[in-house]
Amino acid sequence: MTTTPAKDTAVTAAALALGDDALVLSHRLGEWAGNAPVLEEEVALANIALDLLGQARVLLSMAGDEDELAFLREERAFRNLQLVEQPNGDFAHTIARQLFFSAHQYLLYAELAAGDGPFAPLAAKAVKEVDYHRDHARQWTLRLGDGTEESHTRMQRAVDALWRHTGEMFQPVEGIDVDWTGLETAWLEWTTEVLRRATLTVPEGPRTGAWAAGAGRQGLHTEPFGRMLAEMQHLHRSHPGASW
Amino acid sequence: MATAAARDTAGSRAYDVMAADDTAAHQHAFDAAVAADERIEPRDWMPDAYRATLVRQIAQHAHSEIIGMQPEANWITRAPSLRRKAILMAKVQDEAGHGLYLYSAAETLGTSREELLDKLHSGRQKYSSIFNYPTLTWADVGAIGWLVDGAAITNQVPLCRCSYGPYARAMVRICKEESFHQRQGYELLLALSKGTPEQHAMAQDAVDRWWWPSLMMFGPPDDESQHSAQSMAWKIKRHSNDELRQRFVDICVPQAESLGLSLPDPDLKWNEERGHHDFGAIDWSEFWDVLKGNGPCNEQRLTRRRKAHEEGAWVREAAAAHAAKHMNGETGATRA
Repeated sequence: MTTTPAKDTAVTAAALALGDDALVLSHRLGEWAGNAPVLEEEVALANIALDLLGQARVLLSMAGDEDELAFLREERAFRNLQLVEQPNGDFAHTIARQLFFSAHQYLLYAELAAGDGPFAPLAAKAVKEVDYHRDHARQWTLRLGDGTEESHTRMQRAVDALWRHTGEMFQPVEGIDVDWTGLETAWLEWTTEVLRRATLTVPEGPRTGAWAAGAGRQGLHTEPFGRMLAEMQHLHRSHPGASW
Repeated sequence: MATAAARDTAGSRAYDVMAADDTAAHQHAFDAAVAADERIEPRDWMPDAYRATLVRQIAQHAHSEIIGMQPEANWITRAPSLRRKAILMAKVQDEAGHGLYLYSAAETLGTSREELLDKLHSGRQKYSSIFNYPTLTWADVGAIGWLVDGAAITNQVPLCRCSYGPYARAMVRICKEESFHQRQGYELLLALSKGTPEQHAMAQDAVDRWWWPSLMMFGPPDDESQHSAQSMAWKIKRHSNDELRQRFVDICVPQAESLGLSLPDPDLKWNEERGHHDFGAIDWSEFWDVLKGNGPCNEQRLTRRRKAHEEGAWVREAAAAHAAKHMNGETGATRA
């Protein structure tokens, strides 16, 4: 970690947390390029990835130099949620991850946009994008959940697998002054309703575990994340100091 | 646009049941419309061979956009700055969009996207041979933008005046985005060329590898191009392969100079008499090899495309099943 933040450290920490979420999820969605089930989804997934990358660039720039932060930090210095670093899996896993995260991001950004803190301008713009992401994920959750037997099974499996990572989204982040408990309640209510309409079962398992609870925010990540970073950073690291 | 009465009344009815006189009248009206530079529209009568040629060409064009996503997507996860990553993602997204426009244009001729994709996956329809070359370094992304998109634009700008309306209109929109991509590719190479010695070498190596395949994008020499004469008569095509190739070389030479990169052709030099650049012989055996499926990435590209399609089958089936349930009102639960 080479960047020395000269700004408000709480704001910097918060910008890193939100910026890393957007950066990492954008990267995962970028891995779909050329692999999507229909052409329309090539366009949609790339579109969402681009929106998130745009958000990441603004947020990381609030904390320092965007490229230094993205390409020169080690795994332990990343502050993103474990949810967003989860591998794409099948299309259902990607959609479940997007549903959970977009619903959270929508509620968070709506609240930030309504305030007058340092994230209000970004949140006001981003909330419109995220509203679209959330709708896209919701529509696909309905199609897959209430589609064929196979798609139902896959969607349920994805929801079950990722459920354990949803609690960390509501661990308070230093520098972000919102009602985290209120966000979590609203998130649970909205998500439960989408799953119900999709004929899916709301998982009974815990939404956090001893290891998963907010660990990403402390720089404790899951195993696939290191490989993701190795791929993302290798070219930049191979040419120290170069401009692109 | 269709002024002749015969064409107005023909609509989209099959003309094989019509009297011979009608066919002759239709043909006459079609020829007159083409001669007058009018646009042929989907419901107009058109010769079978014209329709078949357009389906083949537009489908191949659409397939090229879709397969062409792969060599560039290969670098999305490794782009060296966030700005470059955003540009590359947007470009690959545009290519998917171009594929969608072009499949729609082809569908106006009475085929379907599913049918065309099936032909791509089974190897019965081609895509541009250029996408069978690998992207080995980051600089290849720039070389593709500058040279491959540059060649595509040189080929496609005249298609904006193609006699078939839906194709011509798709090309207007596509060409705008392509020229944007081309400038971005040039700018990427410029940054590398003016960067560290390693970056400069990377840029030169990419241009060395992409130059000749880009020249091959214009197709075989005029005397070996079997469809050219007919396509030019129908005004699907406006210039010969060799004319367009020459135009492209003349455009690239000064650009390479301002990039500070050389083009890998010792025979390349300005010919005062012709007012054009002379250039060396193209290795046509390589071109035919790649076209026959024996290029460096033919197998990999098609396999990946088939895999995406096959692994996505359950998703498409789910969407169809959901839509059917929703339409029949069997599940109120899905009406959110």
